[in-house]
Amino acid sequence: MNAKTRPVAILAGNRIPFARSNGAYAKASNQDMFTAALDGLVERAGLSGQRLGEVAAGAVLKHSRDFNLTRECVLGSKLSHETPAYDIGQACGTGLEAAILAANKIALGQQDSAIAGGVDTTSDAPIALNDDLREILLELNNARCTTDRLKAVAKLRPGQIVPEIPRNAEPRTGLSMGEHTATMAKEWGVTRLEQDELAAASHRNLAAAYDRGFMDDLLTAYLGLERDQNLRADSTVEKLAKLRPVFGGEDGTMTAGNSTPLSDGASAVLLASDEWTKAHGHTPLAYFTDAETAAVDYVGKKEGLLMAPAYAVPRMLARNKLTLQDFDLYEIHEAFAAQVLCTLKAWEDPVFCKQRLGLDKPLGVIDRAKLNVNGGSLAAAHPFAATGGRIVAGLAKALDERGGGRGLISICAAGGQGVVAIVERNATTPRGSKR
Amino acid sequence: MSDLYSQVVNSRIGGLVASNVGLPQPVELDRFVEGAPVIRGEVLLGAAPGGRLSAPLAGVLVSIGAAVRTELEGDVRAAVGETGIDASVWNPDAAGDQHFKALVFDASGIGDSTQLRQLWEFFGPTIRRVETSGRVVVLGTAPEDCPTPRAATAQRALEGFVRSVGKEVRRGACAQLVYVAPGAEEQLESTLRFLLSPRSAYVSGQVVRIGPSERRPEIDWERPLGGKVALVTGASRGIGAEVARVLARDGAHVVGLDIRPLEPDLDRLMGEIGGSSIAVDITTVEAPKLIADHHAAEHGGVDIVVHNAGVTKDKTLGRMDEERWQVLMEINLSSEERINDELVERNLLRADGRVICVSSISGIAGNAGQTNYATSKAGVIGMVQSMAPVFAERQATINAVAPGFIETAMTAAMPIATREAGRRMNSLNQGGLPLDVGEAIAWFASPRSAGVNGNVVRVCGQSLIGA
Repeated sequence: MNAKTRPVAILAGNRIPFARSNGAYAKASNQDMFTAALDGLVERAGLSGQRLGEVAAGAVLKHSRDFNLTRECVLGSKLSHETPAYDIGQACGTGLEAAILAANKIALGQQDSAIAGGVDTTSDAPIALNDDLREILLELNNARCTTDRLKAVAKLRPGQIVPEIPRNAEPRTGLSMGEHTATMAKEWGVTRLEQDELAAASHRNLAAAYDRGFMDDLLTAYLGLERDQNLRADSTVEKLAKLRPVFGGEDGTMTAGNSTPLSDGASAVLLASDEWTKAHGHTPLAYFTDAETAAVDYVGKKEGLLMAPAYAVPRMLARNKLTLQDFDLYEIHEAFAAQVLCTLKAWEDPVFCKQRLGLDKPLGVIDRAKLNVNGGSLAAAHPFAATGGRIVAGLAKALDERGGGRGLISICAAGGQGVVAIVERNATTPRGSKR
Repeated sequence: MSDLYSQVVNSRIGGLVASNVGLPQPVELDRFVEGAPVIRGEVLLGAAPGGRLSAPLAGVLVSIGAAVRTELEGDVRAAVGETGIDASVWNPDAAGDQHFKALVFDASGIGDSTQLRQLWEFFGPTIRRVETSGRVVVLGTAPEDCPTPRAATAQRALEGFVRSVGKEVRRGACAQLVYVAPGAEEQLESTLRFLLSPRSAYVSGQVVRIGPSERRPEIDWERPLGGKVALVTGASRGIGAEVARVLARDGAHVVGLDIRPLEPDLDRLMGEIGGSSIAVDITTVEAPKLIADHHAAEHGGVDIVVHNAGVTKDKTLGRMDEERWQVLMEINLSSEERINDELVERNLLRADGRVICVSSISGIAGNAGQTNYATSKAGVIGMVQSMAPVFAERQATINAVAPGFIETAMTAAMPIATREAGRRMNSLNQGGLPLDVGEAIAWFASPRSAGVNGNVVRVCGQSLIGA
């Protein structure tokens, strides 16, 4: 076992534009989309026919036939077919968690290069058989004689035709993620105006990023889509203010405008050691320095479902002897504008920081001009597992563009989870065995 | 004691009629329930900048296990964070359907009349969010303790604010002002517990002054009077009987006192609550000695003395005979002075001793036909105020309750017009219960009420009569 770790460079990223559910990618499968994202990256980084250490990726909503989704995508891509691959899942944290896993292997010297990513479709959703019907069909399949087969068939009922459709709800509370977030918004006193301002800024920033060509080498057009379908360049607080609340009841502050829509898309990021980078003629955009995951007890302790990043970040900061203000860019995944605002309020709150984080003083305020500077999920949309790759690649490029600095990534996930990471322009040995 | 009107307007049809024709709509008030939390609902805590009471307030709220909300920014939030309350956030701009059981505001930072605006800012968005039987408590510095005339002016202004809030809040909610002297911050708890809890159901529009004291014994808040001996005069019936019950409930051994003809009733009650009886006519010359001897012999002293015994002998002044004047004065005032003196002289009132008198709204506002009664009850106030420094020296206190319209056999016998006027002419639109008087007395009696001395607190639902 290698006792020393080595820097992990972020070399390039690629994604397909994100489409709204049942929009441009209504007929595309997860495999189609992730293969397209991979091939775009292969082309951009000159990886054709190359064997990489691995491809780590996942999808939140997945058909049972896609048990080996990522490997199938590699086999369908221009990468060497000798590149191993595996699927992972951590809800909306999947994409970033894949990057953490791939980066850790590079840091430990177990591999030199890897692609991390994710894909999701809500259009081609995996509708499952009714559980009763499934049991009968299994019985039928296991039957050894005609009598047994007839017995199984005799159990069929018309009601069993109703399928199991995946729901965007927490199994343990029965509440949708939006309803959970509405509770958080109420708990933290988040106003409608704050949320709409954040949403408008997201659209404004993403549109500006497209306009100045920032997205050109982060994206490959797909199925006629060149920009994210959800992006509304002309979005304003005034227009957003007209939308009706969709979560939190009559008094709710959350609308379709300040919540992410269901969407389809895929993303991929190329990670490598410095040696591999040099040998293959690449230049690092930035380095993947550290990561932390956290989970909250939203069932028993009633902590907000999407508050886990608020716990993960201070743990990671303490380990790195950094303050919340020691960052030049912040990428906080905008699952809902309210999630971002609750997180920021929690970090500013002496009560939360003392009682729940055990800190002597609050983490404090961040400079909002450094937050999601090239747009966030509210504008780009959020195909669950694809968001991590979008953010890692975008942040690495933004740090490269400004010629230095440090960025923070914070992604909330279903099940009360949070995945966070630090990306830095300058090479830093990732934390690991030296801890 | 049945209040038929309340029953009618609290029925569906009755309520509809009452609200449409603008009749008063009394609600059933929350009252003490054994084992229930001090306050059932959320407390919103706020403060004017520069106040000195946020930390002690937060400390009390931790102690009572209240669910607390504060605004995200400001000194209060930091103070709350320090004390260990995992408080939620209140943002008036994202109010939603948030309601509060209590609004507590530290106004001690208000040093100038221009800063009274802080009241408007805090209560404006919140006052209509107070739940049924809710509480509003404003805390400040008594004008006499203020460093500058401007500060004293602004702090005096709080009285008008709180009294008006008491009249504006509906559905059984009460509003109080608590002046906390500098150095008395640690004496807040018993008073805040009382004012936030259902124990203060019928107390509204009152001003309480808390002064410094070295006494702060650790007590069991479930049985604050545990181990105490409490003498209650006139304990066989009415308010006195209920006072005895409440003190016994809170852990005291009650020595019930009444005249010999009422002894059977007295004995029955004392049997019920585990107390003991003495039959003494307090107006007799030997009464103080008899009472003192009894306590010295049986209990080695006394901790709590409740001067509850009292009579009315109404007549306009020109028609009043000597007996009406003189007997009443003896019972209602002079005997109390003599008993106090005897207990003090013989050193029988122990440390943390509490003397609690019963005054009356008549003693504050005056009443036609009650020159004798009002004189005696105003005298009780005088006694409380003049004796407070004397008792303070002995680490004891003296205070008075001044009941308004309390539902007793006496008020039930009133003519209906007088009775209904008495019941409705207050902010809560109903009469109080003897229990409510007992609760206020138990608050004064608490060993942790050491800072509460020389106060006269009305138990009147903020009656329109009197200050």
